Amino acid sequence: MAILSKEEAKKIIDKVLAFSKADEISVGLNGDRSGNIRYARNSVSTSGETTDLSLSVTSVFGKKSGTATINEFDDASLEKTVRRAEEIAKLAPDNPEYMPMLGAQQFQETQSFAESTAAINPGFRAQAAFNSIDPCIKKDLTAAGFLQDSAGFSAIGNNKGLFAYNKSTSVDFSITVRTADGKGSGYATRDYNDASKLDTKAATEIAMQKALASVNTKALEPGKYTVILEPTAAVDLLQNMMRSMDARNADEGRSFLGKKGGGTRLGEKLFDERITIYSDPANPEIPTSPFAGDGRAQEKVTWIDKGVVKNMYYSRFWAQKQGVKAVPAPSGFILAGGTESLADLIKGTEKGILVTRFWYIRAVDPQTLLYTGLTRDGTFYIENGQIKYPVKNFRFNESPVIMLNNVEAIGKPVRAAGNLVPPLKIRDFTFTSLSDAV
Amino acid sequence: MKRRDFVQLAGLGTGAFLLPGLAMGRNVSPEAFLDSGVDVAVKKRLADAALNAAKSKGASYADVRIGRYLNQYVVTREDKVQNIVNTESYGVGVRVIANGCWGFAAVVDVNNEGQMAKAAEDAVAIAKANAKLMKEPVQLAPQKGFGEVSWKAPIKKNAFEVPVKEKADLLLGVNAAAMANGANYVNSILFLVNEQKYFASTDGSYIDQDIHRIWPIFNITAIDPKSGKFETRNALSAPMGMGYDYLQTNPADKVAGVTTRYKMGYDMLEDATAGAKQAKEKLTAKSVEAGKYDLILDPSHLWLTIHESVGHPLELDRVLGYEANFAGTSFATLDKWQSKTFQYGSKQVNLVADKLQVGSLGAVGWDDEGVNTKKWDLVRDGVLVNYQAIRDQVHIIGGKESQGCCYADSWSSVQFQRMPNVSLEAGKAALSVEDMIKDVKKGIYIIGDGSFSIDQQRYNFQFGGQLFYEIKDGKIVGMLKDVAYQSNTQEFWNSCVQVCDEKDYRLGGSFFDGKGQPSQSSAVSHGSSTARFNGVNVINTARKI
Repeated sequence: MAILSKEEAKKIIDKVLAFSKADEISVGLNGDRSGNIRYARNSVSTSGETTDLSLSVTSVFGKKSGTATINEFDDASLEKTVRRAEEIAKLAPDNPEYMPMLGAQQFQETQSFAESTAAINPGFRAQAAFNSIDPCIKKDLTAAGFLQDSAGFSAIGNNKGLFAYNKSTSVDFSITVRTADGKGSGYATRDYNDASKLDTKAATEIAMQKALASVNTKALEPGKYTVILEPTAAVDLLQNMMRSMDARNADEGRSFLGKKGGGTRLGEKLFDERITIYSDPANPEIPTSPFAGDGRAQEKVTWIDKGVVKNMYYSRFWAQKQGVKAVPAPSGFILAGGTESLADLIKGTEKGILVTRFWYIRAVDPQTLLYTGLTRDGTFYIENGQIKYPVKNFRFNESPVIMLNNVEAIGKPVRAAGNLVPPLKIRDFTFTSLSDAV
Repeated sequence: MKRRDFVQLAGLGTGAFLLPGLAMGRNVSPEAFLDSGVDVAVKKRLADAALNAAKSKGASYADVRIGRYLNQYVVTREDKVQNIVNTESYGVGVRVIANGCWGFAAVVDVNNEGQMAKAAEDAVAIAKANAKLMKEPVQLAPQKGFGEVSWKAPIKKNAFEVPVKEKADLLLGVNAAAMANGANYVNSILFLVNEQKYFASTDGSYIDQDIHRIWPIFNITAIDPKSGKFETRNALSAPMGMGYDYLQTNPADKVAGVTTRYKMGYDMLEDATAGAKQAKEKLTAKSVEAGKYDLILDPSHLWLTIHESVGHPLELDRVLGYEANFAGTSFATLDKWQSKTFQYGSKQVNLVADKLQVGSLGAVGWDDEGVNTKKWDLVRDGVLVNYQAIRDQVHIIGGKESQGCCYADSWSSVQFQRMPNVSLEAGKAALSVEDMIKDVKKGIYIIGDGSFSIDQQRYNFQFGGQLFYEIKDGKIVGMLKDVAYQSNTQEFWNSCVQVCDEKDYRLGGSFFDGKGQPSQSSAVSHGSSTARFNGVNVINTARKI
């Protein structure tokens, strides 16, 4: 059984801790059952399922640490793994940035596990794929999609009193639908902890509509446009920005949060005052583990408050050096929004471009967080509150920092890639060239 | 199948290095690397157990891959060793065709025939279940068996036999050189990979292969505290299919010029010394004026443009739509190839696929479905002539045998079509970089790879770089910054007017070419000599926030 209960996990970890001869020892125990199904050209191409249960031991002498892993759980194997970690640690160089292990921590309850997802079997996956492929075949469209699900647990314990345990599930689905002549393409993606919320047919129908509506594109001149970014489009740029909020990089002067003359932009208003970004492991829409990989508690943290940078994330070493609280990086974020739907945002737009998703986003300049990438799978021109016609795909060169200063409207957040992101209406979004790609 | 191989190396500077799948496995001590692994006679016995079980359950074809994957990463910053990672992964993947459909099963740490037979039976059961959803049966190009054969990468010094301390000391020396020459920060990493792969199939092949890869890299940051600006310079090294010998240069490996570049041997200390000075120089370099320029592209840069705009669009599975939901499809459709007149590039452009090239990442004796490797044309005299195809695809382009470019990144992953080394042939006429630059009125000389992005059908791309030099009236006049060029694949390759001769030929490449869902990583090299492209659109990437 790959998913151990809290008690079962604790029993194994305690046994391993008892074998230790090192100054410090930390044990990680992880297990999961994951599966997937992939299809293309309206036919299943691959599918599989694996289970995994593994234990990792980190032993420390002074500032030397060593890690060994094992997937056998008899006493002899466990003890052997502890001895091996100790041997590796003794041979390792001193890590001058080593931090003593954490003691007991308080964790909040999060609901990141759903029985519906843990119960997924090959039959469920085949049916999910069929529900997506079948409507496409009936409309002479071509489906290519991927469904991946996972159910597992993660536990950490050490000889300083830390013990953490969490069970979680996830299901991720994406579908690309293309017209038979290759002139239209549409996309939809969904992710949940709870698979009972997943409707592959409904998601596929959106991708089908987009594919059919995106044939016979017109070419617009590249330039600055008002855009409506669907959550799937906005999330990648926002995620890239959130991943760049490391305090050490900012303190060292090599981040967009570094400041002229030294120091950081913590406390500065860097965005439109309607922008508030926070994280909350217990949010019922995007529940995550209540602890980070190193055992630190994940708490509700406001990163950007009404446009002002409020928090950056820290390694434990850097936080101690700076004399601040060691806030870990979040595993999901929430961009607070309003109540308007995507349709409402379109209705309120005189002239603009609706973007389904971006593709191949890469950093161009870490100083300004300039990114480049392209629109894909459904890009439309909006006039007088209505979608008028599909347009050729664009390449953009834009920074999320600039984008979040050019906010026209913020809709109601929906789940996107483990985050809550609203559709965003942005003015002066920079498209620099056209692409012939469909 | 789950990929548990996403390792984020913390504290490596903004957007620095992500390490996707390298078939990570269990952590081991470095001494474990010196163990030679399971004996070849035992592997044959295990493989036969799986092949026989598959056949007895009704498989019409079966292959077995017994893989041992060793990885070592030494990670440092400034005067500190941050991490030394040693991993080993050992297991077996069994692939079968039953009822006309593929099935696959994998099992970790195999040591007896019973486990092998069980994996084969599971694979057959999966094939039979999936056959019900299949539209057409798999058509496998015939392949003769090779009997018991072996192949070893022609390395001179096994990097896994070099003490870890020596490697850490090398990197710390490199960091010290960078710091002494003006760097504010420096991260450096040495990646080492050894794939020990045993392949057996019902065609009668038993193939034992030993593959080595090495990649030393650094990232130097220089900061101007007054303005708050920072610039970076990455290593001009290439990942290679070599041993530790790549780090032992001789003068013949060095290419002199505005900065030294390297062939089959890399002087990391020298490059870091130059890199620190150049990162500082970038702080005060002129910001480029947007417009059309003639580009002179060094092989340390051009490999990535070849990879994205030639390597990927000519993967047959993309062309056919199998990657539509992730990587995308391709502009290089079958009708363009069938016409025999599609001008992919100018007459100067000859692009070859090559799994034989010595020292390259793609070089092996046989691919991961037992096909002997080869070299073939993709674009000849500018015209599209072929794709990259494996056994179950090659019939679609009228081929009788696979091109031998099937690969799986782990024993636990299913093998599929992956990019061979794809390279631009050197120019036939004698031509040096200096002579090429002499004729350029308004141009930019680009060295090293930087930011890269291309659309899902591989038309529109944008590339940055590490070093940019302005060329005016045949002379290099100074350094530029904020440079990126945008073009369209066919336009770009048709604007190629000159390629330097073979004396300038070098390899570039990556360990981390991603494809498939779940994603698999593949290592691939791309060779070229310096080439000239006329009238390419250059944008200025400077912004204010």
